[in-house]
Amino acid sequence: MADTTYTPVAGDFELLTGRDVVADENFASQGYWKSVATIFFRNRRAVVGLVLVLAVIALAVLGPLLSPYAYDQIIRDPVNEATVAKGIAPPGTAQGPFAGKLFLFGTDDLGRDLWTRTWQGARVSLVIAFVTIFIDMIIGMSYGLISGYFGGIVDNVMQRFVEVAVSIPSLVIVAVLAIFMPKGMGLVIVTLLLTEWIPMSKIARAEMLKLKEQEYVLASRTLGAKSMHIIFRQILPNTIGPIITQMMFSIPMAIFTEAFLSFVGVGIMLPQCSVGSLISTGFNNISTLPYQILSPILVLALQMLGFNFIGDGLREALAPRLEDM
Amino acid sequence: MAKYILKRVATSLVTLFLITFMLFVLVRVMPGNPFPSERMSAEQIANKRAEMGLDDPVLVQFFRYIGGVLHGDFGKGTSLYFGAPIKTVIATCAYNSFSIGGIAILEGTAVGLLLGILAALNKGRFLDGFCTVFSILGVCVPGYVFFILLQYCFSFKISLLPYFFDPSQFLYSSVLPSISLSLFAMSIIARFTRNEMVEVMDSDYVHLAESKGMTGGLLVRRHVLRNALIPIVTVIGPLVVNLLTGALVVEKIYGINGIGKLMVDSIAGQGVDYNYVLALGILYSALYIGTMLLIDILYGVIDPRVRVAASGKGGA
Repeated sequence: MADTTYTPVAGDFELLTGRDVVADENFASQGYWKSVATIFFRNRRAVVGLVLVLAVIALAVLGPLLSPYAYDQIIRDPVNEATVAKGIAPPGTAQGPFAGKLFLFGTDDLGRDLWTRTWQGARVSLVIAFVTIFIDMIIGMSYGLISGYFGGIVDNVMQRFVEVAVSIPSLVIVAVLAIFMPKGMGLVIVTLLLTEWIPMSKIARAEMLKLKEQEYVLASRTLGAKSMHIIFRQILPNTIGPIITQMMFSIPMAIFTEAFLSFVGVGIMLPQCSVGSLISTGFNNISTLPYQILSPILVLALQMLGFNFIGDGLREALAPRLEDM
Repeated sequence: MAKYILKRVATSLVTLFLITFMLFVLVRVMPGNPFPSERMSAEQIANKRAEMGLDDPVLVQFFRYIGGVLHGDFGKGTSLYFGAPIKTVIATCAYNSFSIGGIAILEGTAVGLLLGILAALNKGRFLDGFCTVFSILGVCVPGYVFFILLQYCFSFKISLLPYFFDPSQFLYSSVLPSISLSLFAMSIIARFTRNEMVEVMDSDYVHLAESKGMTGGLLVRRHVLRNALIPIVTVIGPLVVNLLTGALVVEKIYGINGIGKLMVDSIAGQGVDYNYVLALGILYSALYIGTMLLIDILYGVIDPRVRVAASGKGGA
């Protein structure tokens, strides 16, 4: 019989290095949001998105402040008032009367500084998007939660209304609104308010249907909690993850809608500017001053990319599949 | 199945009717003057209002209007294209829009499918990466950025293709607009096809078929594609919506005389043309609702599992 009492020595083991080693991480001891953050920040694309969005926000806040010109100021030569700094191509170190002045993105067809205008436009777009989506979130979330919680005939009526509302293309809403509203920022905001709450309400309702049968809801009901208390104090905090994810997709949608409406000519009006209206004027001058369209397009594209990446990352972090853990 | 279809058709018609009613009431009741011209005296405006029947009760007006619409009569514009019946104007514009939109859908689906299939078959290699980048850009970056760049590159920098759309040279001048319009569909379909294919290729029945010795084209055609293609029908909905809004921009950029441009003309000018807004609103809503209906029915026809589920719960 062979000797079975062999004691292993250190030399019997070999240290594995490189990709075969999988570090075990224990998520059980972490809080929910901490594990979400861990997964989110491990996602390279999501981090890139976050950096992009933060950079654009920072520049939208700081850009116009850093510039010596106002966004609607036509820059003139102090010696000869008739000379306007128009059509200076980036990176605008112009000759002649404007020598020594820096126009990083150039100047537009009327002699306004594009650096200031671009970031001012980004500011307008971001403010519109954040404000409307925040209000839409409150409306849509309440609507969906209430509809899902009560169920039955309340749910049925509320969902028929959503069905009709969702069947109206947003273009038609814009057109009807344009009849009795002046074109401009108000029109854009009202259009967004009327359309973007619907996806929020759908998600909130789906979450509610999932959560309302859980024990803690039954427990509070047994203890005599009112419906509104259960909906908004007990269930709402548990739906916040998917809602925030939806917000990250709604914000670029809102930015896009604003840009689209301004491009078509019913959005932001001159001398105000937004990313969309800048692209529109840039497009009109594309054959003479082609660079004019570049900066707003880049800013718009970076914003959209950034928000979409964050949304994707959040969605994965909030609903982690086994392989991501 | 027949019951399900009937029910869906009925709800769609009711929805369309409700929307039409809402639009009509909004357009008629909301404050505002349909005749913004300053040269018209009060008396002239009153005459015009009487002629158009604007002083009757709204419900009477509504049913008169519906009666007209059912006969294909949308009335005349209040400030746009004076005198021409809206029907003929819309018919001309719709022809341009639909022909370009149709080509765009064909291009988008064909190229998108091809790209998606190739990416899935070359999973993890260059083509797959290219497909991913392409679809991310297509979804995230607004379409008109590409439209403008395409026009700038191919019409302005290299005069390869005409700057504007010209119905008399349809084929030649519709290349750029239709490609522009198809980009979004292309990217969505490519991404969707790729993901579906990858998923199906990893399923048990494909592994079974492989273990029985089936390889290559036959396997892909008979087992993978058939099942991967089913969910693609669901992405048609967002594509049509995008086509409606995208068409607006494409028509502006390429100067196409289509319904999108008509829509912009009716609201973006000095005054708003009430009758065009109404007619186009109904048209757009009908298009949208019709597409949704078609997708639902198509889905039931293609995938028997949906049919069973739907009839099991009595529709809905």
